[in-house]
Amino acid sequence: MRPVYVIAGGITKFAKANPAKDFRLMVKEAFDFALADLDGKLTPAEIDGSVISYFSDHFTRQLKAGAMVQDFVGLCPKPHVRIEGGGATGGLCFQQAWESIASGRYEVVAAMGFETMSQVETAKGNEFIALASDTDYDFPVGGYYNGYYAMMVVRHMHEFGTTEEQFARVAVKNHNNACHNPYAQERLALTLEDVMRSEYIAWPLKRHDICVMSDGAAVCILASEKAAEKFCRNPIRITGIGAGSDCMRFADRPHGQVPLLPHERKSDYKYLKYPGVHSFRAGRVAAMGAYKMAGIENPLEDLDVIELHDAYSSSELQTYEDLGLCKYGEGGRFIDQGQSTLQGKLPVNPSGGLLACGHPVGATGLMQAATLFWQLQRAIPKHFGNDKLQVKNARRGLIHSHAGTGTYVTVTILERP
Amino acid sequence: MPTEPRLPEIERGTEVFSVDPLTIRTHFEVDYLHSYKQDTPFFHGLAKGKLLGSHCPKCRYKFATPRVHCMYCGGPTQWFELPTEGRIHSWTVCYFAAQEFLKEVPFTLVLVEFKGVDTLFLSRLVGVERRDIKIGMKVKARFRRKATWTVRDVYFVRPKRDAD
Repeated sequence: MRPVYVIAGGITKFAKANPAKDFRLMVKEAFDFALADLDGKLTPAEIDGSVISYFSDHFTRQLKAGAMVQDFVGLCPKPHVRIEGGGATGGLCFQQAWESIASGRYEVVAAMGFETMSQVETAKGNEFIALASDTDYDFPVGGYYNGYYAMMVVRHMHEFGTTEEQFARVAVKNHNNACHNPYAQERLALTLEDVMRSEYIAWPLKRHDICVMSDGAAVCILASEKAAEKFCRNPIRITGIGAGSDCMRFADRPHGQVPLLPHERKSDYKYLKYPGVHSFRAGRVAAMGAYKMAGIENPLEDLDVIELHDAYSSSELQTYEDLGLCKYGEGGRFIDQGQSTLQGKLPVNPSGGLLACGHPVGATGLMQAATLFWQLQRAIPKHFGNDKLQVKNARRGLIHSHAGTGTYVTVTILERP
Repeated sequence: MPTEPRLPEIERGTEVFSVDPLTIRTHFEVDYLHSYKQDTPFFHGLAKGKLLGSHCPKCRYKFATPRVHCMYCGGPTQWFELPTEGRIHSWTVCYFAAQEFLKEVPFTLVLVEFKGVDTLFLSRLVGVERRDIKIGMKVKARFRRKATWTVRDVYFVRPKRDAD
């Protein structure tokens, strides 16, 4: 495998509805944003192919929407492929793009993602997403994702004593971060009381613990070392790639042993049955793969910034543990101590995360990648118009993309060369 | 004078949500001929008031939600009847739902664990208030009298004499 770099990123402002622009135009906007960041040095003619990510054909009511994007942005007749893996669609797309360069197949590739969720009412949107759970056993009883994640955190609360206030603190952190991100959908200076008083959607998850539906697009351009040098003044290297999976039905997850990270011991988890429904085994496996490749032995010490998949405030806490930022069961304490705030030891979701940026599924993982890329380029002030969210001296960061109940998870490490 | 060929006008109008950008209602509906295929015995079981799981004779692993092949050794599993009593492993009360179930809110979802069975079963809990629900609480399977031939034919209640 040869080295791969991110050379540009582009995003649209995520919005509850963007009825004036279809998915092709939104992607084109993000694509042009990315190209403009390279001062016109890279043109579509020099892009060898693309990987396109979008989750649901139901939202677009258009099959082969990827072909229409490829056409619209002017990349025909070059090769392209569509990637789909639920909420992790964007992260999988990014890793597929990495593979196309690492393998030597392409020199420059565009990873382009979108979702247009405003095509239906919110309850219908929840139904489309629920169809990404087992439609024979889980969906027909009234199963849907807010309910699944609620059951997962209820078990986390039971196992570890995690409280509603603790995951509400994640919602407060991420929404307040987003106030400084002009591309975020929900720029709300929420207080703990605001989150705690918002209405229950699926007990104990409340309105502000849950991300919103969005229209949006995001693009990342990846390149080989040679191409990166040619087109970009400050490329960021991809140094770790990891991915994992788990049973589609969370009821089927085993109650076994924790796969250990280098800084953990078996005795840490003597009585823990893992993953059960309280943790995401795919996240742990993805982290192990990415850390091994990047040479990370203690993530809390070795990483400077993280953008992770917080579709629920509760899943951010659970993910701290999967990523080994703290031990299993300590996610609540990790946020109580403020370790993941902008001023903390390891800022998590400075962008505002999915909770506040929005979650146009196929775009989400690429939006995270673009913002982490800018963090490492130290270009947040340039793109956000203020330096509030720029993590100072950020050198190495992590992006984490996650699909429903943890069925697919990707972890990718980016580094400033 | 010969008339020019023309398409007939459409009597029924189109619902317009917004004029610019023009946003109209379009409808999409489909009936599937959905076969449960290899899982058919589970749904037959529900109609007979039985909850069927599957177990791997080689790995001795028991699945509360049936799988016809073992997820560890890949070998074929065998059907077995689950106990009708279990305990709540986790739960939630839904105040919002997918459109199809919106008219049923609030409703309670439970993951049920059965003694000696390795995996869980997702179902509805009926007749228990949110403040009374606890992890570890005993629950008992009930079956609809008229089968719908879906997993909704089974649901759980709190047993009358709850000897927790």
